[in-house]
Amino acid sequence: MVTVVHQNLEDTDAKMSARNVSVFYGDKKAIDEVSIDIPTRYVTAFIGPSGCGKSTFLRTLNRMNDTIPSARVEGDIMLDGEDIYKSGMDVVQLRARVGMVFQKPNPFPKSIYENIAYGPKIHGLAEGKDELDAVVEKSLRRAGLWEEVKDRLQDSGTALSGGQQQRLCIARAIAVDPEVILMDEPCSALDPIATAKIEELIDELNGRYAIVIVTHSMQQAARVSQRTAFFHLGKMVEYGRTSDIFTNPLEQRTQDYITGRYG
Amino acid sequence: MSPTILLLLALGLGLAGWLAARARAWTFRKASPDGRLASLPSYHAWYVALWIILPVLVFVGAWSAIAPGLVTQSVLASPAADQLPAFGFQRQTILNEARAVATGASQAVFNPLAKEFVEPYRQALSFYNWIGIAATLVIAFLGGAWSFLRLKPDFAARTRVERIVMAILLGASLVAILTTIGIFVSLIFETMRFFGMVNPLDFLFGTHWGPDPMSNPDNPDSSRYGAIPLFWGTLFIGAIIAMIVAIPLGLMSAVYLTQYADPRLRAWIKPTLEILAGVPTVVYGYFAALTIAPAIRDFAISLGASNPSSESALAAGLVMGVMIIPFVSSMADDSIAAVPQAMRDGSLAMGATTNETIRRVLVPAALPGIVAGVMLAISRAIGETMIVVMAASTAANLSANPLDSMTTVTVQIVAMLTGEGSFDHPATLSAFALGFVLFMVTLGLNFIALRVVKRFREAYE
Repeated sequence: MVTVVHQNLEDTDAKMSARNVSVFYGDKKAIDEVSIDIPTRYVTAFIGPSGCGKSTFLRTLNRMNDTIPSARVEGDIMLDGEDIYKSGMDVVQLRARVGMVFQKPNPFPKSIYENIAYGPKIHGLAEGKDELDAVVEKSLRRAGLWEEVKDRLQDSGTALSGGQQQRLCIARAIAVDPEVILMDEPCSALDPIATAKIEELIDELNGRYAIVIVTHSMQQAARVSQRTAFFHLGKMVEYGRTSDIFTNPLEQRTQDYITGRYG
Repeated sequence: MSPTILLLLALGLGLAGWLAARARAWTFRKASPDGRLASLPSYHAWYVALWIILPVLVFVGAWSAIAPGLVTQSVLASPAADQLPAFGFQRQTILNEARAVATGASQAVFNPLAKEFVEPYRQALSFYNWIGIAATLVIAFLGGAWSFLRLKPDFAARTRVERIVMAILLGASLVAILTTIGIFVSLIFETMRFFGMVNPLDFLFGTHWGPDPMSNPDNPDSSRYGAIPLFWGTLFIGAIIAMIVAIPLGLMSAVYLTQYADPRLRAWIKPTLEILAGVPTVVYGYFAALTIAPAIRDFAISLGASNPSSESALAAGLVMGVMIIPFVSSMADDSIAAVPQAMRDGSLAMGATTNETIRRVLVPAALPGIVAGVMLAISRAIGETMIVVMAASTAANLSANPLDSMTTVTVQIVAMLTGEGSFDHPATLSAFALGFVLFMVTLGLNFIALRVVKRFREAYE
């Protein structure tokens, strides 16, 4: 069975591209021969039922699967044409270029300021207090959090509300100036109002960064993304423009999923 | 012997009550229209059994405290009592001998007078034995009957049993607290006696330690009871030298085991490290005295020391530090491992190296547990006795040179209590004052540790 890829994807400038990527946990194959191009300027959404492998595949894009001892990746994943799994690849540099936001907000148990300053400090992106202050302010502004926290930057990041924590995590990812931001179901632990804010934020970040978002909510995928990939049982079933996938899917299984027949 | 019989009796009766109550609950169950009871039959059974066993246990406890006194009283009522010495050591010996023969613990008496008391003892013992058994039976019967009569189909036996069990659990946790309070009170009492003889200021701030157990107890030389050299020795060996060894090694091993070690390797190393905590301290003492101390002495000679002591603070401190490593590493290991994986992922996803993640995220988040481990280790090191007894000497030196011999509070407590002085001599009583100081310091350390942890903790949830 071959992935159906819509032919009208005119974007040639793929930021990341995967070719025949399979992921194994021990002997179990979690991802089967996935090939996809992630465009530079758009938001790409991965949808599919629970356990279909969309989060697993997302984590291969910045090698976060390396932290799981039994995980093994086959195939090629390129970032700007460079194989990120080649030997000698600096994972630290890769993750500075491909940032990640997790399902559950995970701010460090430090002050709001320290949470944002963490990345620039470890990568030496800011010299001196003034520059660091500027990076922190810029990142918080981009994440739409500055007005809410500017008077309490020294408070603990864990004291914020869930939605604010998640925007703090996005600001933290932005602070190291990545090229790609991976988001693993960033709204699944949030209420509808906080979710709306995050979606608004994703819209604003769109164009500045290549964004890949895994989501359970088809409405969310429809709202925020321009490209959608549908995963099922470890395979990528269909990939195309979001509008096409939702209005005119070519595969029966995609049709069934987006009309709520299963999943 | 008699308490054992009473306890077995109580258990037997309890079992009987258990079976009877369960059988009765089953008849309720058969009789009830829908075959349901407010509580399961086994709860009815336990309710009755507890009502039999617990009152008997209370009685046996009280009885074994009272009965010997009653026995002695009735023996003293016998005609031969007039010949006894009025009081004191000899009188007690005679009575004890007679008692030992009466219970069969020994065959013959040395003191001819004791023979007179064997028969009265035997009679009194058997008399009170029977009273004890009879009272046990009555109490068990009353408790059993009362509780058995309360059983009804809608009786809430389960809630009652749970309440009784909760009370038992509460009692169990109170034992430890009450013991601590008891220790504290007895320490205070003896310490006050000591401070009645020696000026507390001389004790706490004096710099010369050399109590003489043979001196006149009524007029002690306060200047010989200056405990500063002991406090310094304790601090130097337990809190400085030992911690310089234990904290870095313990922390590093915890970091290695949680973050770098292969799971299979970890499965071997962690238990092995924890075995270190189970080695008796006497064995460490041998090691310190026979291996480390001579090595350090040779080292001191090679450095040019003219006449180094064969017992050095360094030897005791180093070995103690090694002994403490498992405490630090095991607590640090647990608290680092308890930091959520999300923290680690978050840091790694920022492009932090494992090393940066450990230093900047994991250790700060695990700090409360690490500090707690270190405080526990310091308390343990300060209270440690055997290693310093064997490796550090009993000479009280006030010195900052780790190659000198030194002594600690615990060593002096042992020396004073096992010395040849009489029990109410200030030299002996000084052991209690030292113990009291040690107790207060440990308490203070724990208190400070709690405050520090509260102030600086980086809560992740």
